[in-house]
Amino acid sequence: MSQTTTGAHPDATSAPSDQALVHAVNVTKAFHGTEVLKGIDMDVHRGEVVVLCGPSGSGKTTFLRCINQLETIDGGRIFVDGDLMGYEDRGGTLHRLPDKRIAAQRRDIGMCFQRFNLFPHKTVLANIIEAPRQVKGTSRREAEAKAHELLEQVGLGDKPSAYPAQLSGGQQQRVAIARALAMDPKLMLFDEPTSALDPELVGEVLKVMRDLAKGGMTMIVVTHEMGFAREVADRVVFIDGGVVIEHGPPNQCLLNPQHPRTRAFLSRMRQEEAAHAEAVVATVTGKASALEAVAAPDDGAAPEEAAGRPPSA
Amino acid sequence: MTSTTSDRPGAIDARPVPHPLRWVAMVVIAVVVAMLISSFVTNDKWNFPFAFEIMQQTPVIEGLWKGTIFGTVGAMVLGIALGVLIAIMRLSANPVLRGVAFVYTWFFRAIPRYVLLVLLGTGLVFLYPVFDIGVPFGQQIAGVLGLESNLTFAQFDYRSLSSTIWVGIIGLGLSEAAYMAEIARAGILSVDRGQAEAAQALGMPPGRTMRRIILPQAMRVIVPPTGNETIAMVKDTSLLIAVPVIVELFYQSYQFGQRTFQIMPGIVAATLWYLIVCSILMVGQAWLERYFGRGFGAVPTRTQQKLTKIEADH
Repeated sequence: MSQTTTGAHPDATSAPSDQALVHAVNVTKAFHGTEVLKGIDMDVHRGEVVVLCGPSGSGKTTFLRCINQLETIDGGRIFVDGDLMGYEDRGGTLHRLPDKRIAAQRRDIGMCFQRFNLFPHKTVLANIIEAPRQVKGTSRREAEAKAHELLEQVGLGDKPSAYPAQLSGGQQQRVAIARALAMDPKLMLFDEPTSALDPELVGEVLKVMRDLAKGGMTMIVVTHEMGFAREVADRVVFIDGGVVIEHGPPNQCLLNPQHPRTRAFLSRMRQEEAAHAEAVVATVTGKASALEAVAAPDDGAAPEEAAGRPPSA
Repeated sequence: MTSTTSDRPGAIDARPVPHPLRWVAMVVIAVVVAMLISSFVTNDKWNFPFAFEIMQQTPVIEGLWKGTIFGTVGAMVLGIALGVLIAIMRLSANPVLRGVAFVYTWFFRAIPRYVLLVLLGTGLVFLYPVFDIGVPFGQQIAGVLGLESNLTFAQFDYRSLSSTIWVGIIGLGLSEAAYMAEIARAGILSVDRGQAEAAQALGMPPGRTMRRIILPQAMRVIVPPTGNETIAMVKDTSLLIAVPVIVELFYQSYQFGQRTFQIMPGIVAATLWYLIVCSILMVGQAWLERYFGRGFGAVPTRTQQKLTKIEADH
């Protein structure tokens, strides 16, 4: 049984009249007969940061990929900014959109992947200007100026001519974020952006994401970084077994969970986080340059000021 | 260093592992090479000076440029373009395109090039001296309906084209496309699926994703076997005589030898030219491999290893 986030919609199959940027209703999806999503409802409002968490295999990544149509859905509807994703509703009959129209729908939705997926044959700069040049037809000068600006923003102003393979994982993921931002997205999707990173590189990526959230970007983040969720998220949505189990502001959902499955998951995460912290200390102290490095992971985890943004929704 | 290190071990100065077999092999090879050289020098029938002369004869040089090199370039351009197209068709979601690509590959891989060239050069001109392009069964339909026109829109005299280098290029190119299709397919499949997803997520349509993101990366895998195919094609241009096209390196230098009753120098002249052309191609291939390998050469960092592990886990 899934919970609706904003109550029942009178007419669930049409675009909502309120301000929700992402409006998902009763989304279902099966892979080879196995139901992965069993009716997910979710509204994400403009400027909101939503963290999706839950055990692996719960369907959170699949749901994220459904939003920009990297996966097709079997049932329900997903609207982004009022647009029905992947289909056109002509007088009550759904028509699948051709690939080009779907590509156009994806323009305004940025995505960062667990494995970065930078284009390895292109330099950092070429990676960032590729989509604006090819999709939007931006002039080279304009695209490059914007790319340099974005590289400064993610702290890589000195790396425009490097190839992805010459960068660390954390740097690659920051380039990937800049690449997505180059399209001026109104929504950013993050699919476990730090899971492939060494512990000491997680902080630099989370910092960029935190700045982005502060700048008012609407973000949906699948992550296991509970520290990030506590500090940055407006709302945490806990998914398990393909349904939304629980959702709410982070200090309610993470500190005082109601559902037993949420509690079990969170206590497991706390153990992992402790082990993780130990690993960071081990890596850092294992290095000669211990003193400088200690500061970085620190600023990724601790929720010193819990009142980063007021809990909404 | 501190003063207590005087008795600590210093730089390594060790004897290498002995390799006596290397010396034996070297002696054997030296003897064989000496035997070869002695036969080259003492057997007058080789007649190397005359072979060098044949290499520089105008008809031989013309055969090299207009037959061997032009034929190779033409057939490879056609073969690569058509091969990539067939590979993309083979990977398409459209079952009709997939079927056509499969049948094409099946057919042209089964036909020996020599037979194909005879078929195009001699067989086709016998069957269709003039190509009529129009409605299928147009003449019969026109006859039944009593029409004046025979429903033919265009005519093309094939006789003007047969036994030119163009037929040779078409034949070798069609055959090459079947092999290039398999090579290109392997290359396209070697590119990580995440690359297409990243391009899609940025709003790039499928065609552009293929051209800008997938194919350039597939080239890294496609180039080395394509180099082999090109070198093989240089040699296969000696089959052009099947069309028949006589402006071609081997035929010309062999004929020159025969006319002068110096058969061996004729063959040697062609052999030396093939060696020179293929050596140049190998240099070009090495350069292309470096170009398309850019961005892949860096040392695998820890992240890269971690990615490999993630891939293995999935």
